[in-house]
Amino acid sequence: MAVSSENTSRGSSVTAPALCLTGITKRFGTVLANDTVDLQVLPSSIHGIVGENGAGKSTLVSILYGFYPADAGRIEIGGEQVAIRSSADAIANGIGMVHQHFMLVPSFTVLENVMLGAEGGTLLQEGARATREELLRLERAYGLEVDPDALVGELPVGLQQRVEILKALRRGARILILDEPTGVLTPDEADRLFDILRGLREQGVTILLITHKLREIMAVTDRVSVMRQGKMVAHRDTSGTTREELASLMVGREIDFAPPPSSAKPGGVRLEARDLTWRDARGVSRLKNVSLTLKAGEILGLAGISGNGQSILLDVLAGISPVQEGEIRIGERAITASFPFDPSECRALGVAHVPEDRHRRGLILNFEASENAVLGYHEGQKTGKGRWLEPGRMRRFCNALMERFDVRPRQPRLRAANFSGGNQQKLVMAREIEPDPRIMLIGQPTRGVDIGGIAAIHEEIVALREKGCAILLVSVELDEILALSDRIAVMNAGEIVGEVARAATNAREIGLMMAGIQQRAAA
Amino acid sequence: MTKLPAWAEFGVIPLINLALAFGIAGIVIALLGESPFAAMKVMIDGAFVGNGALGYTLYYTTSLIFTGLAAAVAFQAKLFNIGGEGQAYIGGLGALLIVLTVGSWLPGFLSIPLAILGAAAFGAAWAFLPGWLQAYRGSHVVITTIMFNFIASGIMVALLAGPLMRPGQPNPESALIPDSARLPFIHDIAHTLGLQATRSPLNLAFLLALFACLVVWVLIWRTRWGYALRAVGESEDAAVYAGIKVRPMIVSAMALSGALAGLMAINVILGGQGKVTLNFPAGFGVTGIAVALMGRSHPLGILLAALLFGALVQGGTELDFEFQTITREMVLLIQGLIILFSGALSLMFVPVLSRFLGRH
Repeated sequence: MAVSSENTSRGSSVTAPALCLTGITKRFGTVLANDTVDLQVLPSSIHGIVGENGAGKSTLVSILYGFYPADAGRIEIGGEQVAIRSSADAIANGIGMVHQHFMLVPSFTVLENVMLGAEGGTLLQEGARATREELLRLERAYGLEVDPDALVGELPVGLQQRVEILKALRRGARILILDEPTGVLTPDEADRLFDILRGLREQGVTILLITHKLREIMAVTDRVSVMRQGKMVAHRDTSGTTREELASLMVGREIDFAPPPSSAKPGGVRLEARDLTWRDARGVSRLKNVSLTLKAGEILGLAGISGNGQSILLDVLAGISPVQEGEIRIGERAITASFPFDPSECRALGVAHVPEDRHRRGLILNFEASENAVLGYHEGQKTGKGRWLEPGRMRRFCNALMERFDVRPRQPRLRAANFSGGNQQKLVMAREIEPDPRIMLIGQPTRGVDIGGIAAIHEEIVALREKGCAILLVSVELDEILALSDRIAVMNAGEIVGEVARAATNAREIGLMMAGIQQRAAA
Repeated sequence: MTKLPAWAEFGVIPLINLALAFGIAGIVIALLGESPFAAMKVMIDGAFVGNGALGYTLYYTTSLIFTGLAAAVAFQAKLFNIGGEGQAYIGGLGALLIVLTVGSWLPGFLSIPLAILGAAAFGAAWAFLPGWLQAYRGSHVVITTIMFNFIASGIMVALLAGPLMRPGQPNPESALIPDSARLPFIHDIAHTLGLQATRSPLNLAFLLALFACLVVWVLIWRTRWGYALRAVGESEDAAVYAGIKVRPMIVSAMALSGALAGLMAINVILGGQGKVTLNFPAGFGVTGIAVALMGRSHPLGILLAALLFGALVQGGTELDFEFQTITREMVLLIQGLIILFSGALSLMFVPVLSRFLGRH
């Protein structure tokens, strides 16, 4: 790879930055995903990019890796301007990427996966031998141990990620991009990943770490850049900044870490889950003896790193996945494996559900807003009489919903896909709040929602509690849990590892429980 | 993804695709040494202008409306029902069995509706099985419906060459059905009204087909069942979340699809030919898939697409008569090109057109 020390355009650093982005701009429709973004990454350093969901981090690395072209801007690698039109260009320029969702073939061995795309000749034997040697070399050089003959599908996630890193290194990556690498990892696996990253840095690899978790930034990076709403708002040396400063840069305001005054006056128990245990098709326990209670007029926040069982718990409580062991009690109705219920009955029992994935579950993107406004309630009075559907009635209903919950644009005939993330989510919230549910299950209410939308959605959730609804709030955003909950339960590896009153805890304690380091019984 | 205005997406784009298909077909005809324009004139005359031409075109259109609607209903639930051919075939058996049983002693106004129900029921049953296998056993409906076409074909050969074969003649075909059970021809109705009309197989099933378009539209866009059907087709996960029972929806969508395919037999058995002959669906079940694709699974689009394909079938016959060098296969080529451009490549010109519209 070409190295030049002369032509640094900004002249501030002695050596040319490994990577220099100037004025990168990318627009999707009306959304300015990247707005004249500048970034300089020093060679052999770990550089973090932080920002909230939707700040434009993923767009930036997608441009860097050739998934789509920038509308404007310049990319320099080692001081030389390069054109990256495809991921093949990116690889040729020594850029490697470890995706948030692994791009691995589960039924192939580690060796076969690493070879993929670089098989050599027609016959595999030669390429396989060379790859095996290269793997051993990489293992020695970087301490990346994986059994080359293990089936990837049978490896734990941490090791699968290691295979992704090996794949990138095998193709000669000198700049390694990791997009939210710890989202799927246990805290222990994350720590091991950081050790690997430090090792790679010692060997001269430059690392770009994309995350929204400040803990990781502080733990492993040398420098950090902060993105907010498509703009690069600050660059800092990690040693010269604090979590609090970065957090306020990310959101553009000082974060109040003190608990908000709660006006909750918890009433009677509305939903009780006892000893729910759930195994997936492969027999892996995804829930272990989970018990919780939801009380009228109270928000129970369920915190946890994503993938620790929250999603399946929501599905079981909403009747989408069957109860296997244990019991759910809603009023007089006891739901067990022998007396199951389904989403229709769940709604009839007064349970509303804002699903975690609004694109896959909460909405039908090709349906009009008015059709989405009755999803799940399409058998009721809102759609028409008898067996008939009355589009006029549905549109009037939808219009009223949009009016009440400020969904924009107020066009009941617009396809759901054409609304912004925040307005899509508001539409789902509106639909679920409208029938005055006794119990509300909410998953990731502000994922992919802009800041203004987040505030509006939070207000709706609090207003719903004031009306006496029992709310379960599942979120991977700790700030959100802290801001809204009256009680907080923490999940780790399919178990509830602790439950505390909001007033009696802080972010640090919850964070430790999320990482599985600390347990605490209900206060 | 740029979104075109509706008039461009449903008006201009299909026309561009059609023009392209005809353009390439024209080049092939020119290569054969004939004038494409002369051929086009022969086709249009043969399909619409000539003596009785329109009657034949609409007769074929009728069959294609039924099989097109059949494919479209399944498409709405993201199911690919390839079995229209077999379902129409078995539908014909249903109609025939009812007519043979009751046609000789019941008056037409009773036996005809019964035969229509019979065709629909047999067609529905023939699609119900693949639907059930898909929903509850995970056997892919594409594979099973193809298999069921072969099974239907085997059963019908056995019956038409066996117990149902008309005695005293050598062809594997059924007896003629009683006149009282036949649907009136349009030319006969015209005569009764004192109008002139050339003989053609066009019969009252055409009106039944138009009515079926309306019924399907109402079912899909104006009933809760249709809402659930479209939800399952658009997003199974969202449908489950909404409490829609996906498996029964798959089974009922297939059954309705089969019933519509079965009705195609009414046009032929009670209408055009008055008997069940070997392989009477003659590929119309398969062409229905193309009709549904081109008609964007919407009854109005299907009506227009069925008219186009019906005209191609009829006009193509004339082409075959008129030119030495052009055979029936030319029509298959044109149909193939239309399917290629309107189905497989239907979105090819969307970016081009949206850029063009954006600039002006």
